[in-house]
Amino acid sequence: MPCYTVSMGQKPPTHTPEKQALLVALRGILPDHSVLCEGEQVRPYECDGLTAYRATPGVVCLPSSAEQVQQILRLCNQMQYPVVARGAGTGLSGGALPLENGVLLSLAKFIRILEIDADNRTARVECGVRNLAISEAAAPHGLYYAPDPSSQIACTIGGNVAENSGGVHCLKYGLTVHNVLGLKALTMDGELLEIGSKALDAPGYDLLALLHGSEGLLGVLLEVTVKLLPQPERAQLALAAFHDVTQAAQAVAAIIGAGIIPAGLEMMDNLALCAAEDYAHAGYPRDAAAILLCELDGSNEEVSELIMQVRDLLLANGAYEVHTARDDAERLKMWAGRKAAFPAVGRLAPDYYCMDGTIPRRHLPAVLTRIAELSRKYDLPVANVFHAGDGNLHPLILYDANQADERTRAEEFGADILQLCLDAGGTITGEHGVGVEKLNQMCVQFTAQELSQFHEIKHAFDPKDLLNPGKAVPTLHRCAEHGAMHVHHGKLPFPELERF
Amino acid sequence: MDADRSAELQAAVREAAASKTQLQISGGGSKKFYGRAATGTLLSVTQHRGIVHYEPGELIITARAGTPLAEIEAALAAHGQMLPFEPPHFGPTATLGGTIACGLSGPRRPYAGAARDFVLGVKIINGQGDILKFGGEVMKNVAGFDVSRLMTGALGTLGILLEISLKVLPKPQHELTLAFACTPQEALTHITEWSGQPVPLSGACHDGARLVVRLSGSKSGVTACQRKLRGDMVHDGDKFWQQLREHQHDFFKGDALLWRFSVPPATPLFNLPGQLFIDWGGAQRWLKNPLSADVIRASAVKLGGHATLFRGGERIGQVFHPLPPALLALHKRLKNAFDPHGIFNPGRLYVEF
Ligand SMILES: Cc1cc2nc3c(=O)[nH]c(=O)nc-3n(C[C@H](O)[C@H](O)[C@H](O)COP(=O)(O)OP(=O)(O)OC[C@H]3O[C@@H](n4cnc5c(N)ncnc54)[C@H](O)[C@@H]3O)c2cc1C
Ligand SMILES: Cc1cc2nc3c(=O)[nH]c(=O)nc-3n(C[C@H](O)[C@H](O)[C@H](O)COP(=O)(O)OP(=O)(O)OC[C@H]3O[C@@H](n4cnc5c(N)ncnc54)[C@H](O)[C@@H]3O)c2cc1C
Repeated sequence: MPCYTVSMGQKPPTHTPEKQALLVALRGILPDHSVLCEGEQVRPYECDGLTAYRATPGVVCLPSSAEQVQQILRLCNQMQYPVVARGAGTGLSGGALPLENGVLLSLAKFIRILEIDADNRTARVECGVRNLAISEAAAPHGLYYAPDPSSQIACTIGGNVAENSGGVHCLKYGLTVHNVLGLKALTMDGELLEIGSKALDAPGYDLLALLHGSEGLLGVLLEVTVKLLPQPERAQLALAAFHDVTQAAQAVAAIIGAGIIPAGLEMMDNLALCAAEDYAHAGYPRDAAAILLCELDGSNEEVSELIMQVRDLLLANGAYEVHTARDDAERLKMWAGRKAAFPAVGRLAPDYYCMDGTIPRRHLPAVLTRIAELSRKYDLPVANVFHAGDGNLHPLILYDANQADERTRAEEFGADILQLCLDAGGTITGEHGVGVEKLNQMCVQFTAQELSQFHEIKHAFDPKDLLNPGKAVPTLHRCAEHGAMHVHHGKLPFPELERF
Repeated sequence: MDADRSAELQAAVREAAASKTQLQISGGGSKKFYGRAATGTLLSVTQHRGIVHYEPGELIITARAGTPLAEIEAALAAHGQMLPFEPPHFGPTATLGGTIACGLSGPRRPYAGAARDFVLGVKIINGQGDILKFGGEVMKNVAGFDVSRLMTGALGTLGILLEISLKVLPKPQHELTLAFACTPQEALTHITEWSGQPVPLSGACHDGARLVVRLSGSKSGVTACQRKLRGDMVHDGDKFWQQLREHQHDFFKGDALLWRFSVPPATPLFNLPGQLFIDWGGAQRWLKNPLSADVIRASAVKLGGHATLFRGGERIGQVFHPLPPALLALHKRLKNAFDPHGIFNPGRLYVEF
């Protein structure tokens, strides 16, 4: 529907002359139905998975070819219109949050799988291809794509690269950055960059790594070449139940300390496992204070040997029950509970706030204890479900945004958890990204000079600051304002900046 | 011997930045042969050394850049751990900083990952003389751009590495090496077949006469696979892979030009004259060949890869595969973002910056 169409009883949209000019130019690039700018049409693009933050996009574009994206970027660069790229919108930090005065560039039409190269074990796909669709396309060759975010049925490979997403199998197989060989991307001025290839270790700077986790600030990804792995001969999953969360955390350390790197090692506390059990009927023991899911994969012999060692370690570290999957169907059912944990916990309260800090594993017991104390202090329940093997926490704070101060309390609780992670020598985000959500915490994690270095990198790609501006890296002024409120270890983090 | 020399190094950089003096950053000098010829005033980081934090249970180690690689490997070995990317030393003086700056990886690379895959965090001095920290000691970290990996393989052109945090792994419970007499093309065919199956490969090369593979994992898994693949057991397997890593096999002796081809692993044998050694399961091919760089590079591009003049020859031309114009321009802007006065290792990577 063209943007100038006025439906019955609706006021004609009043666009500034500048925006009118933008719309005319965009309609020269895209068919009318691919340029959206009215109320109901653009509503689905108001937010990503972090629904607490919303904005109405100025214009939504739905290009279907690389040439169109290139033309849109050139146009916006010339007219100085900011652009936000969007994959499936499952991001949890507001990375794809649109701008009211900007263009939201949806890559939903880039869904072709361009090539599966079984001999070189690679897949070349367009950026809008869903994560799971890659493994499905590779399966006939006995191959798969390893990183498996829980959102894998929906999230796109472009979004995965932009966030450097992880999944339950990243402990052994690495994050997105470890599994991508090549990218095609456009910079804001429409320049095409071909980075990496099926050959390893491209010459020059490691731009491939730099674009991972760049949250759509450095370039718009068009194509991704991923590494495929042979499907393991066998995978076996052990579920261990504990009466005490601390023991579960110690068991994690014991397994890794024994030189075993499981394919996945996940923990859920009682609130999370009961919610998942209600939702997915995965067979979790409701009376456990915590469960660990430990998957081993490899040859049949290797799995049989290691599953035995893991069983012994779990029991020696306080598990009161260890159950191994009888067959693949049961194994997948046991995983289904974990993979559905976010939506399952989501049914317990009107809203939840998902945190993503990472800490050295040895601090798991102390940090979990402290989170429980904070939960009492803020009077908000918290469900813990996380990538224990990597020390990547996902406390889910339950609240009701319609209750006067619950959202504020939830945000303060979340900020305290992130501070806790930093104090433990960790980081504010392991895999969900900074987006708009953790900008203030970036001021705590990095010095002004480090943030300036990030800005310099950004400007090497996008000198006018038009691609996803205001996300991922805070301005120094924002930090100065935040610093005035937030004194870290008795020191103002930005003493050299003037306060206002 | 362990000492924190970051203050002195920072002062030296500030002075160089103020006087626009070009610096040649030097570790142990073991990889001086690599890259383009170095120029500028020598600034050594070897005194800035020592393991700062090693936490075997967390699988992380943090050390100063001047720490000898051998010292790090010995510390890890004492806890049954290793650097999974199997970095070449190319001499007893190799430092951690030089290893990460060169970003070279050994025979395990296609199976375990490259140097950059294990870099979790860095502390650097940029061209303004600021000491900056990026990443950290945790496995997952997406706060800010990934400067740590960007530094890996940048040959010191973006900044001085002060400290590096690496992910380490337990040594495999069991390893063995098998050899199969066959032609290079037969070797490629075997490797392609096995790589598509759940075979616990951790090394695969063809030395001119034999396909040699290494298997790693649990004892039962490795033994079961050995029964399936058969082949002849190589008894000093560890030595074989170490010599390959260090370029001590006969193939690498002499001073003929040594080209490194990086190509998609299943690429069939290519038709270039000269002696060939296949590593990385086909993905890395060494060629001793006096052909002109243009001919070599054109062939590499045709095969979907790139070529580096690894050793020998004049180190004043393009040693690394030339970048297309858009990427070259971006490299220059990134160089400028870290080192606006152009003081660090000018021309070591590319003639243009
Ligand atoms: C239920 C649930 C479970 C989840 N589980 C996990 C998990 O296990 N692990 C994990 O890491 N994450 C998880 N996530 C978070 C999210 O799914 C990932 O961050 C995912 O990679 C986002 O992909 P997307 O296509 O939805 O990207 P979007 O949300 O659309 O965008 C995310 C960011 O990427 C940028 N972007 C998207 N496409 C492009 C492109 N083509 N070019 C440039 N920039 C682009 C956007 O600008 C934005 O900054 C979960 C989310 C939900 C809702
Ligand atoms: C290609 C292939 C795939 C296979 N995939 C599967 C699979 O996905 N799932 C599967 O179950 N089997 C699978 N099997 C069968 C498997 O080899 C074993 O026969 C059987 O599963 C035993 O389980 P295990 O490997 O855990 O223990 P084993 O290696 O057979 O035994 C180890 C020891 O652990 C003990 N043990 C194991 N589980 C428990 C438990 N829950 N409680 C108490 N003691 C226990 C056993 O008694 C035994 O002493 C597969 C076999 C092949 C060849």
